[in-house]
Amino acid sequence: MLARGTGIVQAAIGPEVARLQLSGPKARLRLINATVSRGGALLLGTLPFAAVAIAYLFASAQRLAVNPSDKLLPSPAQMWSAFSDLATVPDKRSGDLILWADTYASLIRLFAGVGMATLVALSLGVAIGFIPRVRAFLLPLVTVVCVIPPLALLPILFIALGLGETAKITLIALGVAPVMVRDIANRVMELPPELVAKAQTLGGNSWTMVLRLVLPQVMPRLITCVRLALGPAWLFLIAAEAIASTEGLGYRIFLVRRYLSMDVILPYVAWITLLAVMTDWLLVRLSHIISPWAHPVRTR
Amino acid sequence: MSRILVHGLEKSYGDARVLERVNVSAEAGEFLSLVGASGCGKSTFLRILLGQEQQSGGVVVVGDQPIVPEPTPQRGIVFQRYSVFPHLTALQNLLLVEDFRSGGPFGRVFGARRKSARQEAETMLERVGLAHARHLYPASLSGGMQQRLAIAQTLLGRPQILLLDEPFGALDPGIRIEMHELLTELWTEHGMTVVMVTHDIGEAFKLGTRVLVFDKVRHDPQFPSAYGATITYDLKLDRKHRASARDVAEVAAMVGTTRLDSAIATTAS
Repeated sequence: MLARGTGIVQAAIGPEVARLQLSGPKARLRLINATVSRGGALLLGTLPFAAVAIAYLFASAQRLAVNPSDKLLPSPAQMWSAFSDLATVPDKRSGDLILWADTYASLIRLFAGVGMATLVALSLGVAIGFIPRVRAFLLPLVTVVCVIPPLALLPILFIALGLGETAKITLIALGVAPVMVRDIANRVMELPPELVAKAQTLGGNSWTMVLRLVLPQVMPRLITCVRLALGPAWLFLIAAEAIASTEGLGYRIFLVRRYLSMDVILPYVAWITLLAVMTDWLLVRLSHIISPWAHPVRTR
Repeated sequence: MSRILVHGLEKSYGDARVLERVNVSAEAGEFLSLVGASGCGKSTFLRILLGQEQQSGGVVVVGDQPIVPEPTPQRGIVFQRYSVFPHLTALQNLLLVEDFRSGGPFGRVFGARRKSARQEAETMLERVGLAHARHLYPASLSGGMQQRLAIAQTLLGRPQILLLDEPFGALDPGIRIEMHELLTELWTEHGMTVVMVTHDIGEAFKLGTRVLVFDKVRHDPQFPSAYGATITYDLKLDRKHRASARDVAEVAAMVGTTRLDSAIATTAS
């Protein structure tokens, strides 16, 4: 009976609904409510890239038309040939494939520096955030160190540690660690006091609470910290390589600058960007693997 | 399963006095419901019992000893929110109890001990009706399920005293009734002493063996925070006879609740 009843109702309102669907005025949503479809987002996101590329191609073609030996805005073909030479043709003097040797040297420095900073940030940050005595002891120092411009320390590091790898890695670590320490300490202090109280009522001591409560809770924040620190880390890396180095991505860019070799500089910048984007993507994946609870699956 | 003795308890924050002259003596196995207007200090009282905050004066004795001024396994707690660990699944939350209890350098038990802990955890999950959700993170559990998990976790810690801070305050009425039944059953099984803070007068009368009302007796119009709240009403309930509607109405008037009908209905449910 019920089913038939609803059937009648539906039959009665069916034409009405159809009419409304056909003739209903298009809803004009506020700008903040008009969402973008997946394809639309992809298109909109590509547009700025396309605009930059087209503007470059246009300007480059114009300059080259006037002066075929112009070096400022090389054509894509020129850049590609310079870049693939560096990637595939061994250097006459050293026999190295320059691109890969540079990339390897730079990434080792970058990861060693950021890795050390991460270890320091995790241990110091957790200690400062969780243990009031350590906080009273170290937080003022960390706060002051945070505001020292790291590049101002570079001469000191080169004098004290020599021109080798140690100085460069130390610069990167010193440059990014203080901010990371403060960030992790803040995150630990933001832990709900209820969770800390509950852990104690279950018998947790200071150490086991660090292991089972604090570390897993700050892990997502730590990875975000590393992602944010990689920007400044690249800056310090390239600065250090520009001043004293014999290989590395930053070194190469500053070396070929003397010959106005934009056909090398531009692909190198693009290559550094690509490396940075890939590192960032890997860190996001890592966060999903280590802390699945912090990345709940969004239901559409 | 321990008695609680509170004598001459005081708590002030700077000049503002929150609690004064609080005296309570409860036998082992009693179920105390604490009610009172918002901000009257009943939650502060609970946090002092927990050891999360320290009293400004007076003594708190649990069992035979004054309490240690930090949370310990002697006193278990269920809060309204943040009561389970969001980075662990339901099962892992319960296993954590044994891990913490072992206190080893790894914060984790292994081998036979882990096996028995797992068995105990599974039994407890079954007991509170969460066996199907054992591998879910708290974020994907409903509010009622999270509180059931929190209670299960706290009970696995085998506390002598169970402290509840508005544990069902954020739940729907239907779920609340279910939780009342679960809590009453567990309390009967384990026989621990319970202290529960609640806003819901009906809940206080339904679950408690004793209802304590916190209120201010002294007022200073020039300086409202000069005097703190104390226990103004202490009603022992007989489990066999439900609280009379008159008692409920009287307490409701003290606390200033407007929903007297629903309070009486909850009491009778």
